[in-house]
Amino acid sequence: MAEAPMNLEKCIRRHDGFLVPILQDIQEHYHYLPEEVLKEVADKLKLPLRDVYGVATFYRSFSLTPKGKHIITVCLGTACHVRGGERIVEIISRELGIRAGDTTEDLKFTLETVNCLGACALGPIVVIDSEYHGQMTTAKAARFLKELRGSEWGKEDE
Amino acid sequence: MNRINSPEELEELRKAIIQKRVFERPCITVCSGTGCHAYGCEKVTKAFLDEVNRKNLREKVHIRTTGCHGFCEQGPIVVIHPEGIFYRRVKVEDVQEIVSETIIAKRVIDRLLYVDSNTGKKVMYEKDVPFYKKQQRIIFGNNGLIDPKNIDDYLAVGGYKALSKVLSGLTPEGTIDIIKQSGLRGRGGAGFPTGRKWELVRKQKGDGKHIICNADEGDPGAYMDRSLLEGNPHSVIEGMIIGAYAIGAKSGWVYVRKEYPLAVENIQIAIDQAREYGLLSKDILGSGCNFNIRIVKGAGAFVAGEETALMFSIEGKRGVPRQRPPFPAQKGLWGEPTNINNVETWANVPKIIEKGSDWFASIGTKTSKGTKIFSLVGKVRNTGLVEVPMGTTLQEVVFDIGGGAPDGKKVKAVHIGGPSGGCIPQELFHLPVDYESLTGAGAIMGSGGMIVMDEDTCMVDIAKYFANFLQDESCGKCVPCREGTQRMFQILADITEGKGKEEDLQLLEELGNVIKATSLCGLGQTAPNGVLSSIKYFKDEYFAHIRDKKCPAGVCKPLIKYTIDAEKCIGCGLCKKNCPADATVGELKEPHSIIQDRCIKCGICRDVCKCDAVTIS
Repeated sequence: MAEAPMNLEKCIRRHDGFLVPILQDIQEHYHYLPEEVLKEVADKLKLPLRDVYGVATFYRSFSLTPKGKHIITVCLGTACHVRGGERIVEIISRELGIRAGDTTEDLKFTLETVNCLGACALGPIVVIDSEYHGQMTTAKAARFLKELRGSEWGKEDE
Repeated sequence: MNRINSPEELEELRKAIIQKRVFERPCITVCSGTGCHAYGCEKVTKAFLDEVNRKNLREKVHIRTTGCHGFCEQGPIVVIHPEGIFYRRVKVEDVQEIVSETIIAKRVIDRLLYVDSNTGKKVMYEKDVPFYKKQQRIIFGNNGLIDPKNIDDYLAVGGYKALSKVLSGLTPEGTIDIIKQSGLRGRGGAGFPTGRKWELVRKQKGDGKHIICNADEGDPGAYMDRSLLEGNPHSVIEGMIIGAYAIGAKSGWVYVRKEYPLAVENIQIAIDQAREYGLLSKDILGSGCNFNIRIVKGAGAFVAGEETALMFSIEGKRGVPRQRPPFPAQKGLWGEPTNINNVETWANVPKIIEKGSDWFASIGTKTSKGTKIFSLVGKVRNTGLVEVPMGTTLQEVVFDIGGGAPDGKKVKAVHIGGPSGGCIPQELFHLPVDYESLTGAGAIMGSGGMIVMDEDTCMVDIAKYFANFLQDESCGKCVPCREGTQRMFQILADITEGKGKEEDLQLLEELGNVIKATSLCGLGQTAPNGVLSSIKYFKDEYFAHIRDKKCPAGVCKPLIKYTIDAEKCIGCGLCKKNCPADATVGELKEPHSIIQDRCIKCGICRDVCKCDAVTIS
């Protein structure tokens, strides 16, 4: 992902040196936490790198590896679970050839699960690139994936 | 916006706002909670605005986007005021008709009305919908009336009156007394008396005290806090300012999950607006009281909802719990006295101050006062958020409000209290919902997630689900929780794969009791509840998995088989076309069958079959 480097100084000032929101901004900018940026953060906040690394690996929303262009999130909250959320993860995982939490090698797709999105009436829910798709079934998920995969991997063949 | 300098000026402003509003003017409210958002309410709102402009009705009709109405199953919800006409599942295509028929011609559109599933009758007004009838919405009620992004809406319904009352006459001690006498207990799970908590912090020495609003609603299947922050953020802020005055705190923090972007947005707007009016920051309403609120976004860790872990997380550290005492009231954020309450608790505060502790204490049971908001989800017909007086029975919540399970299935149990809670079987649905009854039955009040389970839900699978959740979310600091939850999960996984032994049940109970007794924080101490309660009430399901190698609910994959009923199959080929594993075979118009060796048990064939021919055995 060829992102322009972010202004770390400004980010640190904006958050008064609070580590978690700083890392959140970095994650949002680069879609992951690049090692060299973490080193810079530790340097600027005068924290040992191990502390920064400790925080970066503790919270679920941080990633030390780049994420895909399309992010597919399957809700596995209890309400979605009793309505078959697990089967939906399995079918998407099969279609993409990756496990939940992983990214395809070409960095096109990341498959994630989330513990609850708080939109339980619509369960099971799949979020594809921030768009909510409710009352998901395995058949619907397979169809969505075929389309998405075709649009992405189809293009590359051209 | 002009700064308000005294309680008198606040009342003048309120009067001016109310006077400016012509209440006879029709007002179309569109629910904009996360649920309705996912159904596409934004497009509906835009369509209303366009239509009203097109018809030159801009001056004659109000369009207002409001917070969550709670009845998420029926979204997007549109209510026409002042009559209160309730339209559900409104689509962009319906908008023109609503404006021309209901607004201009004053006619109700029949097809958009809610149909009572018990009587088959259509219901015209929101207040008559059975889902709302048994509720008492004192905390949640204003959600559907106000635009959460507009502080004037909150003022118009009496907002900040309680704050004004506190600052113009009550002492901090007097304020704490009112909360104590009301009997309000924490809505986040453990149910500690709120007034006593405040008093403990008040009594601590020093100027640097903090208050925190815990909005790290991590229980899967619970979303009432999200809806309050999204739909009525000022009620939470008002509660916090009152708390800050009573305790003597100058800084406040709202710790909110990052998975709730709309809640983050609305609470930030509300804080900014309150600050512009002088209801936050320095010399609030001319009282000399200074208080500010800052938002911290969680980064995704369930354990960070535990109070000591949450404070470390705000400080920018790993969100791991620590030993108590010292309690946060003694040593909290940066070692200073800190008071933590949950979102719903804070939202109760202004109501209690405004209406008095006697009024509040008259609602509920002997030990549990007021109302509680539950998220009623899972296998239930009327999914949504319900607010009922404490002491309402589970029967009333699940059947009278929730309408029972969909598709004529039988309700088996409810799981209450999230991963720390437990399940309660249908035989015990006469139990009242209060702190003590739920704990006595092996569950907990928790934050209020209520997941309904029907005959197609496997109780062993649910126990495994929570065990998996907890072993994943355990921070790893103490051994009983870290190792214990992993072992529990492994044993349960074995049982669901048909590899269980009868001794496993005893082992699970023994292990569960050790984890409960020896874990460091609430996560571990309550982690075995789900497993233990399911063994207590649904032992026969465990035996079916262990002895007969069968999953009665047809959920656990290694123990089930998909087959096609040749008599029902019409040979349409849909299953064959959709099967990702080429396991379904058959000629067109001939009965199909499944090659078991190839079948991955994904269930697509069953989902797509139009004649119910695919069965699980």
